[in-house]
Amino acid sequence: MKHNLILRVVSKILIPLIILFGLYVQFHGDFGPGGGFQAGVIFSSAFILYSLVFGLDTAEKIIPPPVLKVLASLGVLLYAGTGVASLLLGGNYLDYSVLAKTPLAGQHIGIIVIELGVGITVAAVMLIIFFAFAGRGRT
Amino acid sequence: MIEYILGHYNYWIVIFLMMTGFYIVISRGNMIKKIAGLNIFQVSVFLLYISIGNVRDGTAPIITEGFTVYSNPLPHVLILTAIVVGVATTSLALALVVRIREAYGTIEEDEIHNKDQSL
Amino acid sequence: MIDTILDVTLLAFIAVTAIAILRLRNLFAIIMLFGIFSLLSAGLFVVLDAADVAFTEAAVGAGISTVLLLATLALTKEHEEKIPSHRPWLPLLVVLVTGAALIYGTLDIAPFGSASAPAQTHVAPLYLEQGMAQTGVPNVVTGVLASYRGFDTLGEVTVIFTAGIAVLLLIGGRRRENQTRKEKE
Repeated sequence: MKHNLILRVVSKILIPLIILFGLYVQFHGDFGPGGGFQAGVIFSSAFILYSLVFGLDTAEKIIPPPVLKVLASLGVLLYAGTGVASLLLGGNYLDYSVLAKTPLAGQHIGIIVIELGVGITVAAVMLIIFFAFAGRGRT
Repeated sequence: MIEYILGHYNYWIVIFLMMTGFYIVISRGNMIKKIAGLNIFQVSVFLLYISIGNVRDGTAPIITEGFTVYSNPLPHVLILTAIVVGVATTSLALALVVRIREAYGTIEEDEIHNKDQSL
Repeated sequence: MIDTILDVTLLAFIAVTAIAILRLRNLFAIIMLFGIFSLLSAGLFVVLDAADVAFTEAAVGAGISTVLLLATLALTKEHEEKIPSHRPWLPLLVVLVTGAALIYGTLDIAPFGSASAPAQTHVAPLYLEQGMAQTGVPNVVTGVLASYRGFDTLGEVTVIFTAGIAVLLLIGGRRRENQTRKEKE
């Protein structure tokens, strides 16, 4: 799709907006509709759009596949690590109330951190899957 | 009568979708079509859960001033995660289809079976 | 009232799309219709007050699933489904019997939208009344997802992670088909 000018211009305008929206959905998920799962999917769709329009090789230069593998593991680690942290601070596993001075603040920190973990993993895994499918067709 | 039909319409359409997906899966031999059928079945289950969680005149379960009736948040939580897990498992199935095509040169079930028999 | 009209119309559209998917043989058309099917169900989720779910379904069903199905189509180079050699009577019988049993099961289910249904009276009121005070998060769905059902979500994230690894193992590397063909020749 190297010569498709309209697609290239429109996606150049759209992709930053999609990423911004993904970040909004991620960090505003506790007040409005949204959360890690949705944000991860929206985030990855921005990069999928990029690689559909500008080519897989260009997209892999922006996010190299080894980085994606690290990110996918990092998200799960962040989630499970929050559980371990609450365990070490004297609470139950994944009981966020002990993470800060008041239970409510602790809950809030816990929810934001694990949603971030979910978002990172989902975005990275969706991109890993897409790159695997798209890369298989390369000769 | 109308009341009864409207009260069950969602469930009946859901069952119709479920059976359509089921029929595609068991009667068609093309693997991509089978996966589309499985996905129809999957979406029908999502619709079933969300229909059950709906409360008449309710609103989305985000606590705000001025609203007292909310829909049931629990099905939303279950289905939200199920959708993303669903796409991950679907992609796994599609990856298997790609490998089958590379190994057998076809994605029709009958032809794969014949090739296995003739080995 | 408007909710009911939208609900009935969207469900009818979804059913028609499903029939079209069943009858068509062109795989590209099937995949495009599947995207429409997902988008319609995302619209229906909004009508049914499930904003979070609609979000996800729109991004996943109409976006990523469609792209992945198209990628598979490009990799398998198939365009048309072959006409099945078996007669459809046995599958049709199985489907009709199962469907009839399920419809029989819905006859005494609590009507759609009823606030006194068993599904509405068990833990949901607890989440709605105390969720805000216990987690400090106005969006109860996020509160339940991340806090009350944190273990559940941890499991789901692990499943997604595992699926990603499995896809990488299956088709992560480059294809070796050309080499093996050359060796055969």
